[in-house]
Amino acid sequence: MIWNLIQYYIFPSALVAVVFLVVLRFALPRGVMTVFKRELKSFFQSPIAYVCVVIFLLVSGGLAFFFGNLIEFNEASLLVFFQWHPWIYMVIAPAIGMRLWSEEQRMGTVELIMTMPIAPWQVILGKFLAAMVVIFVALALTFPAVLTIDYLGEPDHGAVFAGYVGSFLLGVSFLGVTSAVSAFSRSQVVTLLISVALCMFLNLAGFDPVTGFLRNVFGESIAEGVASFGTMTHFTEFTKGIIVSRDLIFFLSVTVLSLFVTSAVLRAKRA
Amino acid sequence: MIEVTNLTKVFGAKVAVDNISFRVEKGEVLGFLGPNGAGKSTTMRMVTGYLPPTGGTVTIEGNDIVDAELAAKVKIGYLPENAPLYNDMSVEDFLAFCAEVRGMSGVERSKAVDRALDTCFLQPVRHQSIDTLSKGYRHRTCFAQSIIHDPDVLILDEPTDGLDPNQKHEVRGLIRRMGEKKVIIFSTHILEEVEAACTRAIVIDRGKVVADGTPAELKSKSTAAGQVRVRATGLAGTGIRQELEKLSEVKSVTVIDSGDNYFSGVCEATKAGNGEVSKAVFRMCVDRKLVLEELSPEEGRLDDVFREMTRSDTED
Repeated sequence: MIWNLIQYYIFPSALVAVVFLVVLRFALPRGVMTVFKRELKSFFQSPIAYVCVVIFLLVSGGLAFFFGNLIEFNEASLLVFFQWHPWIYMVIAPAIGMRLWSEEQRMGTVELIMTMPIAPWQVILGKFLAAMVVIFVALALTFPAVLTIDYLGEPDHGAVFAGYVGSFLLGVSFLGVTSAVSAFSRSQVVTLLISVALCMFLNLAGFDPVTGFLRNVFGESIAEGVASFGTMTHFTEFTKGIIVSRDLIFFLSVTVLSLFVTSAVLRAKRA
Repeated sequence: MIEVTNLTKVFGAKVAVDNISFRVEKGEVLGFLGPNGAGKSTTMRMVTGYLPPTGGTVTIEGNDIVDAELAAKVKIGYLPENAPLYNDMSVEDFLAFCAEVRGMSGVERSKAVDRALDTCFLQPVRHQSIDTLSKGYRHRTCFAQSIIHDPDVLILDEPTDGLDPNQKHEVRGLIRRMGEKKVIIFSTHILEEVEAACTRAIVIDRGKVVADGTPAELKSKSTAAGQVRVRATGLAGTGIRQELEKLSEVKSVTVIDSGDNYFSGVCEATKAGNGEVSKAVFRMCVDRKLVLEELSPEEGRLDDVFREMTRSDTED
């Protein structure tokens, strides 16, 4: 049981973490690392990171066990666990990311960092990566769910791992959206509300009832078109254990696009 | 050296900075004066590369702030208005972070942090979290950040804002000392500061340079320059006044106080009599056997000059 955990989860995620750190330290400019370290420390010095992680764990666990009937489902799969993630991230990712640029602008520290000899993209990336680590920690601490299904039966660990990959990418892309919104506003509350609304739109665009409704009203092609922008459409593939480049590209492009928007907005604000 | 040429900044329909040009050489401390909203901070933000100029150029030690942004920023230390800081860090960590962003590491970094802590008298609070600091310490922490890399160019936006008189005195001394080896621009609306720390001052109003010179040159432009304050006893006030008005060097006399046996007032000089009024008053008092209790020529006051040059602003 423990061996399964090590083999399928701890080992791959440790590998990802090591690759991440190596890239951060050696492949990216030093400035990214410097900003990343500062931001990460400030996340874990303030209660925000802990509150978000704990709420994520309580809510994701609670929903899976009580509403999803993880146990009674009696199936060695985490589908009922993952199906709630888009709705949880919809709130948690904006709560983690709301301070990224709103706080920086409200305190005026953006003027400090932008007049130092460091390229803006390095600051944007460094801060974003630190927020990403909070999501990573939250997700890593859901390991009891894996232990549970391993105890219940013989789960397809490959599929579960794919679900985790999808869940992480989903969280990261919502974080990207939040980063872009936070560049617009000095107020964390405004950032939180608008980000939640945007993430909700992304969720609903691929939510089955909404897709069904669109199909009835506007026809198949429009329903499909809208759904292709929905996070659900792409996320459910991961939870079924299928990692397709189309879905990977979707989440990565949402994230990258958001970071470009962040950069463009910050530049426009200075002009 | 800082060279600013035809610098302009337009926000929507508002021209915040209008075609400003000046240059500051090494060893100069330039005071930037002007009423609130005159464009001081906007100019400084363009000089430090935070705001891109609408027109004109800024070069820092030969590097254009737009085309050679990083090379120029390496040379600059900047204290923004209101001293922004990362509140969740300790003073020491914050300075270490700033040093690291500027490319320092290891021993070099800790030495730089120590030097900045010493220079700004921050040793007692080095481990304290920034959000627990008093305003004076906050300001000095941000000041420490601006000198951590021993920059050639120092740009300080209201460096003494919010400090108590002792701290103001310290900061002015610091600016004057560092000014011997660096290029310094600092903005203020406290005029005594200009006299205490600057080798040159620029007055800007509504985005334009309205005066540029040494503090002494600026003071001599004041209408008060050349006036003489007089207080004398020994005769009725009206009598002394008449005697003063008879003097050919005196254009007019303003009464401050007058009584049965004394007079106190200000004599304004005629053009020809400028600088000669006090002698004439003294001779008159000797002739009339009056006792002269006060005779003080005004060398002009900077705040008068400042008000005259920027008065337009308050009239709208």
